[in-house]
Order: sequence, then structure tokens, then C-alpha cells
Amino acid sequence: MTTFWFIVIAFLWTGYFVLEGFDFGVGALMPVLARGEAERRQVLRTIGPVWDGNEVWLITAIGAMFAAFPAWYAGFLSQFYLAAVMVVLALIVRGVGLEWRGKVRARETPLVDAAIVTGSVLPAFLWGAIFGNVLFASAFATVMGGLLSLGLALVHGAVFVALKTKGPVRARARELAWVAGVVLVPVVAFALWRLDAWPAYVAMATYAAGVALVWGGREGWAFACTAVTIVATTAATFLALHPEPLPGLTVESAASAPYTLTILTWIGLIALPGVIAYQAWTYWVFRRRLTAPEVLLESRSA
Amino acid sequence: MDALDLARWQFGVTTVYHFLFVPLTIGLGVFVAGLQTAWYRTGKEHYLTLTKFFGKLFLINFAMGVVTGIVQEFQFGMNWSEYSIFVGDVFGAPLALEALLAFFLESTFLGLWIFGWDKLPKKLHLATIWAAVIGSNLSAYFILAANAWMKHPVGYEVVDGKARMTDLWAVLTNSTALAQVPHVVAGSFVVAGGFVLAVAGYRILRERNATGLIPRRKDFADVTAPMRREVDMWRAALRGALVMTAIAGAIVALTGDMSGQLLHTQQPMKLAAAEGLRHDTAGAPFSPVPGIEIPNMLSLLSAHDPNAVVQGIDDIQQRLVAQFGPGDYVPNLPIVYLSFRVMIVFGLATVGLAFLGLFLTRGRGRRARPVPTWFARLCVLALPLPIAAIISGWLLSEIGRQPWTVQGELLTAASVSPGVSLTEVAISLGLFTLVYGVLTVAEAILLIRHVKAGPDEPMPAVVSDDTERRVPTLMY
Repeated sequence: MTTFWFIVIAFLWTGYFVLEGFDFGVGALMPVLARGEAERRQVLRTIGPVWDGNEVWLITAIGAMFAAFPAWYAGFLSQFYLAAVMVVLALIVRGVGLEWRGKVRARETPLVDAAIVTGSVLPAFLWGAIFGNVLFASAFATVMGGLLSLGLALVHGAVFVALKTKGPVRARARELAWVAGVVLVPVVAFALWRLDAWPAYVAMATYAAGVALVWGGREGWAFACTAVTIVATTAATFLALHPEPLPGLTVESAASAPYTLTILTWIGLIALPGVIAYQAWTYWVFRRRLTAPEVLLESRSA
Repeated sequence: MDALDLARWQFGVTTVYHFLFVPLTIGLGVFVAGLQTAWYRTGKEHYLTLTKFFGKLFLINFAMGVVTGIVQEFQFGMNWSEYSIFVGDVFGAPLALEALLAFFLESTFLGLWIFGWDKLPKKLHLATIWAAVIGSNLSAYFILAANAWMKHPVGYEVVDGKARMTDLWAVLTNSTALAQVPHVVAGSFVVAGGFVLAVAGYRILRERNATGLIPRRKDFADVTAPMRREVDMWRAALRGALVMTAIAGAIVALTGDMSGQLLHTQQPMKLAAAEGLRHDTAGAPFSPVPGIEIPNMLSLLSAHDPNAVVQGIDDIQQRLVAQFGPGDYVPNLPIVYLSFRVMIVFGLATVGLAFLGLFLTRGRGRRARPVPTWFARLCVLALPLPIAAIISGWLLSEIGRQPWTVQGELLTAASVSPGVSLTEVAISLGLFTLVYGVLTVAEAILLIRHVKAGPDEPMPAVVSDDTERRVPTLMY
């Protein structure tokens, strides 16, 4: 049961990194990919309807850790205290920035954009840094972990923009995705090699395939590949975290009692498929590629 | 000053801020959904205008509720690791359920609502806002059930120094939760009602200023038809808020009474501290303001028996020392005493305002009475009342529980993270206070700006020959 719940936690983190991964990438690359206000809106609009729902994967992962492994939850957040403070502050300014951007005056948008960019880059780096530190406990590993997660988020995000837009933004995103992908090869290859688990090698292969596919203009398949890269990287990380998710703490000793785990299992089994279904439906509703003019004209509550 | 004090300050600061935004989210979301439903049912354009207008205000505030909530989810583990380890088995479950069942629903469907206006069929689009607000309200239930467990722990046993859940159903149907959830949720509707009253009141004053109706005339019989329709629109919003506040206010009073009785048996110290009652007293009095005492009232309120014995602070302290060993088991008396009164007086004042407003604006169709100008002004001025009331209620509830995090089981002093240094907590407290402060001011500015600007779409009724009459320059 504890192993099963460890897998559930890993699954929730995976969902978070895959979904928020491209949110972070889009937020971080917005000033690079867009020329002018219309294109900036176009870029941000690709994640507009979904980013908040994506972030709930983190809240659920943290909440589920609290319920299923209280000592892991408590140790994880109190040991990485200042990093957690930075992550949360970054998520605050980014969330507020994304929600308020359409509601501030034109001269205030640069400030909001700065909040969105900082709030995207910082957590994308910090999550990898935190997990790198847990696994290898060295400053070098912390930086490499951070670069890996930030790098994957950037490529994933650029591919996502290429997949979701039309016009010049799409061309720029596609180019940036494969160029950044190639530039980041040493970092990604080294970090994944150090993780040294079979999913890490899967991640290497899909990363290479993703970069090649976006270069070749197959954006849908490229996005699938970068998504699988993040899934496999997270899987490799959690394989390495098992059975000791924090130094000196075993999964077994951190776990809640069987009664709580059983109840959570039933509720999770009933609720999670529903969540995945309606989130998938959201992506279906907003499946069309966006152009800059149409984003300016669309009717929305913002 | 040590890490414990700062950690408590941090929890207090971040939670009170969170509690500024979330009640408004909960109540205003339902109000907006109600407006959109009215538009869907009647097809009247002004309901759509109101939906979009209040929807925008709702979204400005919603963002702050969400982001300050992330901190809450992290904070237990960061500052209160001993607490988290002790309670995780029980307390974590409602938190996980909140995320899984409520937050996903709220966030996903709100995204669909914001961007779905021209992508979804009308009916389905209406359903998305309802799904989102159901998520918000459901989240209130789960988090308040978790909070109620800290005041009145049930459905658990302590094994190896940790609480272990034995009965989730008992946790979710805790008598404390069943009184607290409707009390806080209805309180949130009062806050949102007060907010809409202030906004609608302001808009009514503004439209009248624009027509020169103030201060020369008392009624608006002479107002041109389009102008009148515009005032009618805000009158409709005001009336809706009055109904919402009145109904919710009645529920707040009723469930407040239930909570008071539960205090009598479950948290006698909080009750004694709220009244400043020193000794066990039969037929205890109640003083709504210092100096005035209503004999036997506290006994009547808390036990529904004018002669019931209400335990006093000093006597409870002695009993707790006998039970748990030496220590100070008395919460901060001035704060608890004061917040109890602010909650009751300001809360009742808001509800009184709502009933007064319903009376003043009674009548339908041609007999509908206009909103008196002085009442519109009163609505604007009353905005801080429900907010102060709900914050005070929260302070009473949480500070009154001290020195326990889990009543009778775990002291706050034993809950704090042992490995986190004073410096670390000081840095995070400083940063959170700064960022929250700045963002709260920014939210207030954004709200005020959008209220002043009014609805985006020109109202069809306004486009007529009379437009010249309301040249914008008159308004500034």
C-alpha cells in the first residue's frame, strides 16, 4: 500500500511537471516569442484557460503527500524552506500576473510581464534544483537539476506554442524549440545520465526525437515526445527517491496508517479519472490554433 | 522573539490575508452565477452586462484567493513540521480531498468560463460557472472540516505519538464542522453581499450625479427613460445583494448560535475568554459592549438555559493544569474579547442594513420604490463592516484555541518545525508580508478602477438622443 501511494505521489508530480512544464516554458519565453502586444496576448492565450487547472496538480501532489506521507511532506518542505518560499512567491506573482494582465493599464503591462517571466523561470529552475539536491546533496547537482528542469520546460513550452499558434509566432517558436533543444543537449544528456535509471534513457531518446520532430515541423508528435521526456525524467527521479525520499527517512516510516491510505485510494480511484476527463475536455474545447488578431477580438471575462 | 513567535505571526498574517479574499470569492462567485442564470432565463441584456461587470471584479479577487491559498498548502510542512507529522494521517485527508474534489473543479471550469463565451453553447457555458463555484464552496467545506478537527478532534486515536484516523466519516461530520461550515460560508455570502451593495450603491450615486439628480431631486420621476433603465440595472444588482445578505445573515446568526452552544461543551476556555468571565458562574451575564451587562444572557446563549453554569477562565486554567501539568492555558484575552464583539456587532449591522434595504426598496414593477440616495451612500460606507466581522470571527476562532493547535492533544509550542531557524522564518515572514501587502493594495486599486469605469459594453438602452446629457466630463 505504501509503495502504491508512493507511485500515486510520483504520478501527481509527473502530471504537474508535464502540464505546468509547458506553462512555465510559455511564460518564460513570452517576451522572446512575441513581437508586440497582440502577439504577447496570443502566446499567453495558449495557456490562459488551462494554467490554473494545471497548477492544481501541484496542490494535489502536496496535499496527497501530507495525507499519505506526513513525515515526507513535513521534512521536504521544512528542509527546503527558503527554496519553498521562493517557489511559492514566484507562483504568487505569476498567477496574479496571468489573471490581471488583461485588467491593468497598458503602461503597467511591462511590470506584469516581468512578474510572469520571473514567476515562470524561478519555479521551473527551483523544482529541479530541489530534487537534484535531495538525490545528490551537492551544489553542482542542485544547479544541474535546476538547469535540467528549466531546460525541459523551455523546450516543452516552445513546442507547445508552436503547436497552438499560427503565423509568425509559430515559426519563431518552432525555431527556438529546436535551437534551444540542441543547445541544451549537453545539460540534458549529462543530468539524465547521472540519474542512471532506465526511464532516464527513455527520456534521452524521446528528447532527441522531440527536437528532431519540431525541426521537421511535426509539432504534435514533437509535443508528445517532450511530454514523454518529462514523464520519464520524473519517473527516473522518483525511482531514485524510493525507498528513501529524504536522507534518513524511509517511505515505510513516513507513511500514514492503512485505514487512511485505503480510504484515500478509493476516493482517488473515483475522482481522478473524472478530473483527467474534464481537463482533457478543456484542451479539446480550446484545441484550435490561435492567431493574434482573433485573440484580440475574442469575447472573454477578462 | 524566537522562531515559534515568527512562525505564528507568519501563519496569522498569511491566513488573515487569505481570508480577506476567499470569502469574497465564495460569495461573489455564486452571485455572478446567479446573474448569468438570470440572463439565461430571461434574456434581458442588463443581466449579461452585470454578469460581465461583476465577473471581472470576481476574477480580480479570485486570483488573490488562489495564490494566497498555495502558501497555506505549503505552510504546514514548512513552519509546522511537528504538527504535520502528528496530524497528517487525519488532517491531510481533507486537504487532499479538497485539492482533488474541489480545486480541480474550481480552476478547470473557471478557465472554461473565462474563455468559453463564444466556444461553448450558452447552457453549457452557464454550467461551467456553476461547476466552478460549487468547487469553491466544496473547498470551504473540506478545509473547515480539517480546521474543526483541530478544535474538536474526533474519529482518531493516538498511536506512537501520532494521531491516527479511525473514522473519516466522523471527521467529515464533526459537530463542530457542521456548525462552522455553514457559519463561515454564509458569512462569506454576507461579505460578498456587502461588497455588491457598496459597488451598486456607488454606481447608483454616480448615475444620479451624472444626471444632476443629486442633490436637487428626491425621486427620479423626471429621469429620462434610458437613464432610468440604467439606474434600474444597479437597483436590480442591489436588490439581489440585499436578498443574498439577508438570507445569509439569518443563517449566520442561526449557526453562530449553534457554534456558541458547542463552545460551551467543547471549548469552554474560548467561550470564557470571549466574555472575559473569570470564574465558573451560574446564570452568567453577557456584555455586548463593555459597561453594559445583560444578566443571564451568556448562559442563555451558550446553553439555552438562563441559569446554566458557564465555566470561568481561572477555574478552567486550574483544571487544565491538573489535567495536563503546569502551563498557561489562557489565550490572548483582549484580542479574543474584542474580536467576539466586533464579529457580532459588525455582522449584525450588515444584516440589519440588508433588511432595512429590502424594506426601503420594496415593491415590483411600476410600484418599485427607488433606492434612496442616502441608503446608497450608506451601502458604500458599510463596506468595511462585513469584512471586519468575518476577519474578527476568524481571529476569535483561531486565537481563542491557543495555546493548542489540536485542542487537548498538541500545543502550538510543540508544533513548530525544529530545524527551521529564526532567520529563515524572519526572511519568509518579511517577504510574504511585503508581497501580500503590495498585491492587496494592487487588487484594491484594480477593483476601484473597474468599479469607477463601470461595465465595458455600452448598454443598448443608453444609446439614444439623451446621450449628450451624460457627457463623461460631468462625472469627474
